[in-house]
Amino acid sequence: MLNVSLYRYNPETDEAPYMQDVQLDTGGKDLMVLDVLEKLKAQDPSLSFRRSCREGVCGSDGINMNGTNGLACITPLSETVKQNRLVLRPLPGLPVVRDLVVDMSLFYQQYEKIKPYLINNQPAPAIERLQSPEERAKLDGLYECILCACCSTSCPSFWWNPDRFIGPAGLLQAYRFLADSRDTATDERLAELDDPFSVFRCHGIQNCVAVCPKGLNPTRAIGHIRNMLLQRAT
Amino acid sequence: MVTSVTNLGRSGLFDWVVQRVSAVVLLAYTVFLAGYLLTNSGLTFNEWQGLFQQNWMRAFSLLALLSLITHAWVGLWSVTTDYVTVRQMGAVATPLRLILQSGIALLSFYYLVWGIQILWGAG
Ligand code: SF4
Repeated sequence: MLNVSLYRYNPETDEAPYMQDVQLDTGGKDLMVLDVLEKLKAQDPSLSFRRSCREGVCGSDGINMNGTNGLACITPLSETVKQNRLVLRPLPGLPVVRDLVVDMSLFYQQYEKIKPYLINNQPAPAIERLQSPEERAKLDGLYECILCACCSTSCPSFWWNPDRFIGPAGLLQAYRFLADSRDTATDERLAELDDPFSVFRCHGIQNCVAVCPKGLNPTRAIGHIRNMLLQRAT
Repeated sequence: MVTSVTNLGRSGLFDWVVQRVSAVVLLAYTVFLAGYLLTNSGLTFNEWQGLFQQNWMRAFSLLALLSLITHAWVGLWSVTTDYVTVRQMGAVATPLRLILQSGIALLSFYYLVWGIQILWGAG
C-alpha cells in the first residue's frame, strides 16, 4: 500500500486547504503519478487535477511531487516516492482554483508580455521566409517548451514578483524570438526587457533547469538575453 | 517594461553591471589588504598610517567604500522589493519599504562621510 498525501481545497466548502492522507494499492507496479491520481479519482470523484495527453506533450499535469515540480504523467513512482510516501501538491506560488488545479493567469500574462510570435517588418515573400540550417539550429533547446509552468513555479523570484519578473518559461521564449533570424524586432524586444525586474530578477539558482521535464535550460537563455542587452548598451 | 524609481540606475542592466564591477573592486581590495598584512608581519602603527597616507591608497580605499555602498544598495533593494511587498504583507508594505530603503540610503551616506573623514582626517 502506497501512502499518498493529497493537497485538498474546495473554495466552496473548505475554509482552508488541508492535506488528506489516503492509501492506494499499486499492485506492486511502478505506475506513473498520473495513474495514481486517476485511481484515486475513481475512489473519490471530487478530487480535481488537470490532465490531457498523458505522455508529456501537452503540459497540463504539472504538479509538485514530494517537493519537486514535474509532469505527473511521465514521472514514475520509482523516481519520486521516498519511504513509501508520495506528497502531491499544486504547483507552488500560483493561486489554487481547487485541489491540484492552479490559476495560470499570471504565468500566461508574463508569456504574453514577451510577444511570443514572429515580428517582421519586411514585405512578406511569395512563399516563405527561409532560414539556413545554422539559423534554424539556434532555436533548438528553445522551441520545445510546452508551457507546463514547472520551471517558473519552482523559482523564488517568480514567487515573490510574479507580476513583474517574466520568469524562466517566458524568458526562454523571449530568447527564442530574439534568436530567430526571421524576427526583426530584436531592439524593441530588448528595450522592453531592460528594467530591474523582467530579466534581472534571475539570480541564476537554476531551479528551472533542475525541474524542466523537457530538459531545457532557461538559465542559459537568460544569460544570452543579458549578453544581448550588454552588447546593445555598451 | 516594468518601471521603478528606487533602483540605482534607470535600467536593470545598469544595476547588474554595477553589482559585478563593484564585486571585482571589493575582491581586489580584500586580496590587496590581506596580502599586505600577511607580507608585513610585525607591522607598526606608523607603517600602517603611512600606507593610508599615500594618495593612491586613499583613492583605492574610497573606491572600495563606494563599491561597498553601491553593491549593498543593489542587493538590499532587491531584498526589500522581494519580501517587503504588498503581495507579501498587504498595504503596510509600501510605506515600510520606503522607510527601509531611506534608512539604508541614509546609513550608506553616513558611512561614506565617515569613511572620507577617516581617510583624509588625521593626516
Ligand atoms: S521551460 Fe521546461 S519547465 Fe519551463 S514551461 Fe517550458 S517545458 Fe515547462
